[in-house]
Amino acid sequence: MSDQKSQSAQAQKKSDTDYWKANLRIIMISLVIWALVSFGFGILLRPMLSGISVGGTDLGFWFAQQGSILVFLVLIFFYAWRMNRLDREFGTEEE
Amino acid sequence: MDQFTINLLFVGASFALYIGIAIWARAGSTSEFYAAGRGVHPVTNGMATAADWMSAASFISMAGLIAFTGYDNSTYLMGWTGGYVLLALLLAPYLRKFGKFTVSEFIGDRFYSPTARMVAVVALLVASLTYVIGQMTGVGVAFGRFLEVSNELGLFIGAGVVFAYAVFGGMKGVTYTQVAQYCVLIMAYTIPAIFISLQLTGNPIPGLGLFSEHQASGQPLLQKLDQIVTELGFKEYTAHHGDTFNMVLFTLSLMIGTAGLPHVIMRFFTVPRVADARWSAGWTLVFIALLYLTAPAVGAMARLNITEQFWPNGTDAQAVSVETIDSDPAYDWMATWEQTGLLGWEDKNGDGRIQYYNDASPEMQERAETEGWDGNELTNFNRDILVLANPEIANLPSWVIGLVAAGGLAAALSTAAGLLLAISSAVSHDLIKGQLNPKISEKGELLSARVAMAAAIIVATYLGLNPPGFAAQTVALAFGLAAASIFPALMMGIFTKVNNKGAVAGMLTGLIVTVIYIFLHKGWFFIPGTNSFDDSDPLFFTIKSTSFGAVGALLNFVVAFTVSGMTEDLPEAIEELVESVRVPRGAAAAQDH
Repeated sequence: MSDQKSQSAQAQKKSDTDYWKANLRIIMISLVIWALVSFGFGILLRPMLSGISVGGTDLGFWFAQQGSILVFLVLIFFYAWRMNRLDREFGTEEE
Repeated sequence: MDQFTINLLFVGASFALYIGIAIWARAGSTSEFYAAGRGVHPVTNGMATAADWMSAASFISMAGLIAFTGYDNSTYLMGWTGGYVLLALLLAPYLRKFGKFTVSEFIGDRFYSPTARMVAVVALLVASLTYVIGQMTGVGVAFGRFLEVSNELGLFIGAGVVFAYAVFGGMKGVTYTQVAQYCVLIMAYTIPAIFISLQLTGNPIPGLGLFSEHQASGQPLLQKLDQIVTELGFKEYTAHHGDTFNMVLFTLSLMIGTAGLPHVIMRFFTVPRVADARWSAGWTLVFIALLYLTAPAVGAMARLNITEQFWPNGTDAQAVSVETIDSDPAYDWMATWEQTGLLGWEDKNGDGRIQYYNDASPEMQERAETEGWDGNELTNFNRDILVLANPEIANLPSWVIGLVAAGGLAAALSTAAGLLLAISSAVSHDLIKGQLNPKISEKGELLSARVAMAAAIIVATYLGLNPPGFAAQTVALAFGLAAASIFPALMMGIFTKVNNKGAVAGMLTGLIVTVIYIFLHKGWFFIPGTNSFDDSDPLFFTIKSTSFGAVGALLNFVVAFTVSGMTEDLPEAIEELVESVRVPRGAAAAQDH
């Protein structure tokens, strides 16, 4: 009996570890996009995007003043949706 | 009815609305009052959090800073929204799972150390107090204008109102009051922007109008703006002038500061479920974005309007005459704002006209020579007045101006009162009851809370008279402090196995180094004249004191990992706590099923 119990506890632990790894991967991808649109397109890579014009200025200006904010919104909602699905896959959701 | 009466009417009506809702909501039951946030839909909660978050810095100050600097101040836009991504991905769901109520409680429990909790409390106090100074600056501007008195008198009156507001409970915790505040605030911000966008571009959405055609000239709006400001010797609006390294660090400081400030994080502790914590952060950003996508349009359009008012016949013709300023109702805003001491002009060369140009530019100096100008005659234009003066400059109807008055006050008062409450509860609950005198009576605790609140507002008012910067800049310093101390500790608490000694050493290093760096540049305890360096020529590379929070955070991480690596491992119970925080299961019961 107790052997079975510790086995299921171990399986649970393994599944929780996998869940956490999957979560970290999603966070990583999201943060790369987060940095790319703000620090990247908005600031550091702006000179490279200067050829693409948007309403009297260039794409980098748009990313710095509006584009990055819109991408941030998409990222947060994507993360919430993806994590709620991950919770169901791993059975880690709240009851 | 004159403008003064209309303003009072709007401000009065909005306050009656908040108080009415507060009374109506309180009439329910006390348990409902304490459980504010629980059982509230994530959309409603997001709206309330947005009202809590957007302060005088966002509402009154930010667009003005963008207007006069252009692209380089996009940092505020990216920084204060990008932080929500960090909050949603790295903190909110786990702190909700942990299930306590304050940030310092989490740090105290996770790092199994009362010392860690104390350091967190001190860091929160330093950051919150700096934040309040920025708010008081905005409160002074708003009250000065709407009571038509000097900025100083406005600040004193405002301080009294904020104190009363906070003592009455600030109507905090009542989610629906904050929803009402959000509605007033966002209408007050967007309605004038819609009018102005229609006037200039014909596009009713200001955020799109910014990238549309300027109807009067047929050029794209931003191109027209670039042209007109460079003709007067100012820097091109859309171009990058400052140094890139500083801009990146400043943006990063604001982002991680956003995720480290207690009054916003706290709201995610009380949502019903972990999943709601994730959604709530998203909804909060939706409501914040409505203002933040409009702000760059407000800034650019106001800059264009102001410049054209001073050069009504174009920049190569004659400037506006003093006679026009005195008699034309379109220039009435100048007289009303002059009373506050935040706007000033002077006909230096006595030609009966006010020339507004950049007198530091060599080409303009040449032109001044030939035309007989004697320097820039718009001698003072405080950046913090731009948003409030904007509808007057654009000659909008008086009800719009009254609405903006109500919105500005809602933004400044709600956040200032909320911060004062956070300060007083940190002092009375965490510092005195939790540490210095655990046996203090409930009455004594309440009294110490009031004393702390009064002390905080006196300090903030005194420093608000000579603030270390415009409202948003002062607030940015507060974010740097939170970034350097709180955010790294929270993140390491969830994502790493850093121990108590590491966390304490890290937080202390981050906080102390950042505080000293700020004081060296902005004056010790922000007292003017006591600074040894200036942000135009900073101590460490090109890093300005406003951008230093990111460096402080980095130091915090490095020191914490080093110290933790050299000392013992985590106790087993804490290791289990970290594992459990990472998984949503069992959040409601806080134990196994």
